[in-house]
Amino acid sequence: MTPGLAGFVMSGEASVWSDLLDGVLAALREAFDIAPERDSARAGTRRRTWYDTFDWRLYRAGMLLEYATEHRAGELILTGPDCGDGSSFSMRGNAHGQAVQPVAGWRAARSYLAADLPDGPVTARIADLVSPRALLPEVTVASATTVTRLLNPDGKTVARLLVERPAVGDEALPPRLAIAEVRGYPGQARRAAEIVALAPGIVTLAAPGNPGETLLTDALAVLGRAAGDYSNKVSAKITASMPAASATATIMLTLLDTLEANVDGVLHDTDSEFLHDLRVAVRRTRAAIKLLGDALQIPDEQVTRFAGEFKWLGDLTTPVRDLDVHLLEFDAMAAGLRAAKEDDLTPFRAFLSDRRAREFRVLTRGLRSQRFSQLMRDWRATLGTVLAGKKRRAGAAAGKTAGDLATERTRQALRKVSRRGGAITPDSPHESLHDLRKRCKELRYALEFFVPLHDKAAYAAVLGDLKRLQDCLGEFQDNEVQIEEIRMLAAAMLAAGAAPAATLLAMGEVTAGLAVRQQAARDAFEKRYAGFAGPEGQRHMTALLGGGAK
Amino acid sequence: MRIYATYNIKGGVGKTTTALNLAYLAAADGLRTVLWDLDPQGAASFMFRVKPKVKGGGKAIIRGQRSLDDAIKGTDFDNLDLIPADFTYRNMDLLLDKGPEDRQNRKLGKLLAPLAQEYDAVFLDCPPSISLVSENVLHAADVIVVPLIPTTLSVRTLDQLTEFVAGFRGRRPDVLAFFSMVDRRKKLHREIVEELSAKRDGVARTAIPAAAVIENMSVERAPVTAFAPGSMPAKAYKALWAEVRDIGLSWPRGYQHGV
Repeated sequence: MTPGLAGFVMSGEASVWSDLLDGVLAALREAFDIAPERDSARAGTRRRTWYDTFDWRLYRAGMLLEYATEHRAGELILTGPDCGDGSSFSMRGNAHGQAVQPVAGWRAARSYLAADLPDGPVTARIADLVSPRALLPEVTVASATTVTRLLNPDGKTVARLLVERPAVGDEALPPRLAIAEVRGYPGQARRAAEIVALAPGIVTLAAPGNPGETLLTDALAVLGRAAGDYSNKVSAKITASMPAASATATIMLTLLDTLEANVDGVLHDTDSEFLHDLRVAVRRTRAAIKLLGDALQIPDEQVTRFAGEFKWLGDLTTPVRDLDVHLLEFDAMAAGLRAAKEDDLTPFRAFLSDRRAREFRVLTRGLRSQRFSQLMRDWRATLGTVLAGKKRRAGAAAGKTAGDLATERTRQALRKVSRRGGAITPDSPHESLHDLRKRCKELRYALEFFVPLHDKAAYAAVLGDLKRLQDCLGEFQDNEVQIEEIRMLAAAMLAAGAAPAATLLAMGEVTAGLAVRQQAARDAFEKRYAGFAGPEGQRHMTALLGGGAK
Repeated sequence: MRIYATYNIKGGVGKTTTALNLAYLAAADGLRTVLWDLDPQGAASFMFRVKPKVKGGGKAIIRGQRSLDDAIKGTDFDNLDLIPADFTYRNMDLLLDKGPEDRQNRKLGKLLAPLAQEYDAVFLDCPPSISLVSENVLHAADVIVVPLIPTTLSVRTLDQLTEFVAGFRGRRPDVLAFFSMVDRRKKLHREIVEELSAKRDGVARTAIPAAAVIENMSVERAPVTAFAPGSMPAKAYKALWAEVRDIGLSWPRGYQHGV
C-alpha cells in the first residue's frame, strides 16, 4: 500500500473470512462513511507468478521477482533492496524499492535464462545475479481486489481499504487487507489502519519486510513447498552424540536428496547448474563412501559396489559438464583474443554445441536407465536400513559417536593433505598438484559433512584457508584440462573437416592464454599452501579440531 | 511537465469547469496531474470536496516558507491531485508585488518548477481579472486555454490577450480559445462560432455546449467527464482535450511514445 503503512492478513479458516471482513467494515463505519470505489485502477483481478532460480538466488538476496498481469498488460516487478528508487507510490504495497519492466509475449509457465530476458531495468538488476541459472516459475496466484472508499463528513475520500482475495488454483489463501493513504490526509489513513489492526481476526503484517513475501510463503505452502527450500550445501541434521552409523547415513541421505532434486532439471536441460549440482552431490557421495563408508557397518562388498556405481554415474556426467564449461566461458574466451578475431571461434562454438547435443543424449539415456534408478533405490534403501538399525542399537555403549567420527576422519583427511602438500617443491610434476587437489577436496567434504558439529568461527577460518588453496589448485588443473581438451577438440574438428585455419589459430591462442593462467597459478601455489599449512593455518585447524568436535 | 492555464478576464465563462474536466481527462490519460485552484472563491476545491484552506495561507507559499508540495491533496480520482484555494489568495497580488520588478511576474512559475519531478501536467485555474496573479500565470503556462462565450465582445477580449502575450520577451505560451456555453438554438451563437472557428487562428474546432448536466457538476461534485462520460458535454470536453493536449509540441505526444 502506501509507504509507511502496514498491510494486514486475515487469520483462521476460509469459512470465517467473510465475517471477519464484515467486522472490519463495521469498525470502520464508526469513524468514516463508506462507499464502493467508482472506477479505479486498483480494483480488478490480477495474476502474479513468482520466479526464482532453482537455488533461490533472488530470494537469498532479499529480492522477489514476479510477473503480473492486470488489464491484459504484463510486467515484471522486482522488489527488494536497490531495486528502483524506492520512492514510487505503489498500490502493491511496500516501502521497498521496486523496479517495473513491461514485457510482451511473456509465457508464465516456462523458464527463462537471463539471456532470454528482454532489456529493461529488472533484467539489468538481476542478470548477473542469476546467471547462468534459469528463472523458474515457482507458483501462480490469482487475486481479485475490491476497493472501498473511506469518506469524511464532506463526502471526500480520505483513505481506501483494499481487500485482496488471493488463490492458488482452487485453494483460497487468507485475504490481504491494506489501507491506502490519500495524499494530504495521512492522519485519516493512520486512524483507519489502527481500526483495522484492532479488528478481530486481523493480523498486522510485519513491516518493513518485503510485503509480497508472506503471500509467496502462503502460496508455496499450498504446493507443500517453502521459499529457499533448495540449497546445494550439505545440511545434514546430525548431532555430536548420535551414533556414527546413523550420522553417516543421514549425511549420505542428504546428499542423495540433493542429487535426486537435480535430475529433472538435467533431463529438461533447464540450465547448466542442475548438472553441476548433481555432479557435486555425486562427488560428495563418493568422498563420503571413501571417508566414512566403514562407519555404515554394512558388508564391505556392498560399499565397494556402491562406490563403483557412483563412479559410473560421475563419469557419465563428465563429458557434458566439460563442454558446458567451455560454452559458459566462451564469450570471455573470445573477448580475450588479441591476434585472432572473435568471429574466428564461431565454428568452434558450433562444434562444441553439436558435440554437447550428442553427449547430452548419452547422459539422458544414462539418467533414464534401469541402472540409475536401481542405484537410487538401492542406495536409499540401504541407508534407510542403517538408520532403522541405529534405533535398535540405541544406548549400546559400543560404537563411535558422530563427534568421534568427525574428529578422526577430518584429521585423517588433513594428514593426507599435509603429507602430500609438504612434499611438493617447485620441481614436482603436475600430477602431484592434481593429487593434492583431490585430497583437499576430500578434506573440504569431511569438513562440510560435519558442519553442525563445528564451532562456526573456527570452521569459517579453516574453510577460508582451504578455499584459497583449492582455488589455486583448481585454476592450475582446470587450465591444464582445458588445454588438453581444446587440443583434442581441434583434432576432432580437423578430422570432421570442420576446422578452418583461422579457427585453429584462434584456438591455439586460447590455449596459450590458458597456459599463462596455469603458470600463474603454479607460481602462486607455495604462498597459498603456506597460508593453509603455515603457523596461522595450523592455529585455525587446532582451534577447529584441537578440542575435538562439539 | 506541461502547464495548462484556463484564463479569461471575465468571470462565469466556464474557466473552472474547463480546468476540472481537462485535468480529469489528463489524469485519465495516465498523466500525473495536479490542479492549482488559484481562485479565492475555491470553486474547484469545492468540486473536489477539499477544504479551501492552505496551512499558512498564500503568504507561506509565495514567500517560500512552505513548499507547494505540502499543500497538495489527493482527489477522489487516480492520478489527480489538487492544491486547494485559500481565502488569502485574494491578496496574492500584494504578496507577488515584492522584490525586483522584472521578477514579480515569474514567481508562480518558479514555485511550480519543483513539481516537475512528480507531475506530468499542471492545471492553473485563475481568478477572473487582469492582475499580477494572472500575469504570473500567463508567464508560467505552456498553454493558455481561453473559454469564450459567443458574443462579439468576447472576441475583443481574446484579441487583447493574444496581443498581450505576443509582447512577452522570451518564451511565449500557446493560446487556444474555444467557445463555451454555446446554445445551438440561438442564431447569434451559431453564427459567431462558425465564423470565428473557421476564420481565426487559435480557436479550437471544438465548442462546449451549454447543458444542464454541466450545471449538475456542483451537485455531483465531480467533473462531468467523470460522472456522465457518455453525455454530449463530456464528449465535447474529450475532443477539446485532444486539441489542447499536444498543442505547441513539435509532434503529437502519442507519436513520440510510438502509440
